[in-house]
Amino acid sequence: MDIRKYARSSRSVRFKATLDGMTAHANELAVDVRGLRKQYGDVTAVDGIDLGIRRGEVFGLLGPNGAGKSTTVEILQGNRARDGGEVSVLGADPGRATRAWRSRVGIVWQDESAPAELTVRETVRHFARYYPKPRNPEEVLALVGLREKAGSRIKALSGGQRRRLDVALGVIGGPELLLLDEPTTGFDPAARRQFWELIRTLADEGTTILLTTHYLEEAEALADRLAVIANGRVVAEGEPAALRDRHGTEATVEWTEPDGTPRAERTGTPTRAVAELMRRFDGEIPGLRVSRPTLEDVYLRLTGQSDEAGQAGRITQEDER
Amino acid sequence: MTTTAVRPPEEALTARLPGAWSLGLSRGALEIKQFFRMREQVVFTFAFPVVFLFLFASIFSDAVEGAGISASQLYVPAMTAAGIMSTSFQSLGVSIAVERDERVLRRLRGTPMPPASYFLGKIWLVFVTGLLETAILLLVGTTLYDVDLPTSAGRWFDLAWIFVLGLTACALLGIAISSVPRSGKSATSVVVLPFLVLQFISGVYIAVDTIPEWMLNIGALFPLKWMCQGLRGVFLPESARVLEQTGDWEFGRVALVLAAWCVGGLVLCLLTFRWKSRRDG
Repeated sequence: MDIRKYARSSRSVRFKATLDGMTAHANELAVDVRGLRKQYGDVTAVDGIDLGIRRGEVFGLLGPNGAGKSTTVEILQGNRARDGGEVSVLGADPGRATRAWRSRVGIVWQDESAPAELTVRETVRHFARYYPKPRNPEEVLALVGLREKAGSRIKALSGGQRRRLDVALGVIGGPELLLLDEPTTGFDPAARRQFWELIRTLADEGTTILLTTHYLEEAEALADRLAVIANGRVVAEGEPAALRDRHGTEATVEWTEPDGTPRAERTGTPTRAVAELMRRFDGEIPGLRVSRPTLEDVYLRLTGQSDEAGQAGRITQEDER
Repeated sequence: MTTTAVRPPEEALTARLPGAWSLGLSRGALEIKQFFRMREQVVFTFAFPVVFLFLFASIFSDAVEGAGISASQLYVPAMTAAGIMSTSFQSLGVSIAVERDERVLRRLRGTPMPPASYFLGKIWLVFVTGLLETAILLLVGTTLYDVDLPTSAGRWFDLAWIFVLGLTACALLGIAISSVPRSGKSATSVVVLPFLVLQFISGVYIAVDTIPEWMLNIGALFPLKWMCQGLRGVFLPESARVLEQTGDWEFGRVALVLAAWCVGGLVLCLLTFRWKSRRDG
């Protein structure tokens, strides 16, 4: 995927730039969570989660529905009390959120509603008043791609446009940290790609971003690092590529025989396999493809969902590479 | 795309947070704008008490024996009090429950907006709608049912404080009751039933001298009865005093009870207000 390659290179450049510009806060974590626990009656939603999110980083919280993602994010937002553990967000406990702290944290909610009778511009301008140093409302409307819709009533917006408005309201205060809970649920693929671009733009501006998702390709496309959670625990954490490498080293080498038969071979030494093929074929090897196990394979294994459905998912994932 | 530099956190900390009062004004403006853009709601909110005034005052129009007034005249202050309560108690009780259910409140809670600004905005909204409702009812009452506007400054002053105290007390009670319904869908039923009962036992639909004593005493625990009584004192001739429980308008007591409800309602709001629906925890 071209977009993804482009995204990855731009992200690493941006990450370096952010680190250079923030030497004063170089070692400071935007989010520091240790042993977080939350119980709903008999159900343990969050069962001892540790997270460390660096400033300027895009961090993905990945997991199936009911894994504890939303509960964790709500605790970080200061909108849910925890039962145990230490939580520090921008250096303060979100359980004792002050107005000053709230002005530094932007929230994009899951399935949110905004006042339907107001126009987009009225709403964004009004929310700007809540903050001590808001961004320019017109600039934010342009950023989320709603400039043409600025005069429309909110009730006339499409689902994707409403989501963009949600992001506009999340960033209008110029937050240092943006928390997004499953921002693209229900999007069509094109809207999702556009949304990703928006998140990347915000990340390039230096905003620390935490997003939850159950879409694997979303976490892989956006996140500098990610944590996979299942049953209220972190089961894996790291850079997407490192996660993949750590949890699956076998590569698949595919090619086409001269008689047209497609062939595939799983191997721990793909370079050697390709070298052998080069000896057998004179010049180009027809249909050559070398692929690593996808993040989805790793993810399904980690979250205990690995089965035939996982295999099917793997094939579609490979088509994208 | 516009790009802004990374903002150091110290700067954000030292920047002044906007004040609760000015944000309350701006929330009020927003609430009023939203309200008047919902045409259907506007028409029915204002029409409801007017239709009831028309029905009751037209059906019961006989002279009230020994009081020097007609039954129609009794309904004008009664419906004005009910109108004040419907624009404050009923509309806030329902609309806040819906806003909570639709997670508008939760979103506001995630911003640095002070909670007081939200309540101030609601008070501004009911102040404007309550004033309009009262004006409409008095217009109908003075043109159709032979009620005169006060002629002395003292009576206008009584009207003003009964309006302000009654509206504030009912608005606070409306905010408090909005936390009772489990969802926005059930809000109307939950809010309307107590309001309807109060209207029957506070002398809105039925004159105070025909309501059983014990019912009137229950009604006397709530603001509506006192708003009705005070407004009768403002709009009816002195001869109508004989209809009252104690034979007097009791302005002092009206002020005391309404003021007490303003304080009590505020405490109730602070103790019970929820930003999230039960579903959201």
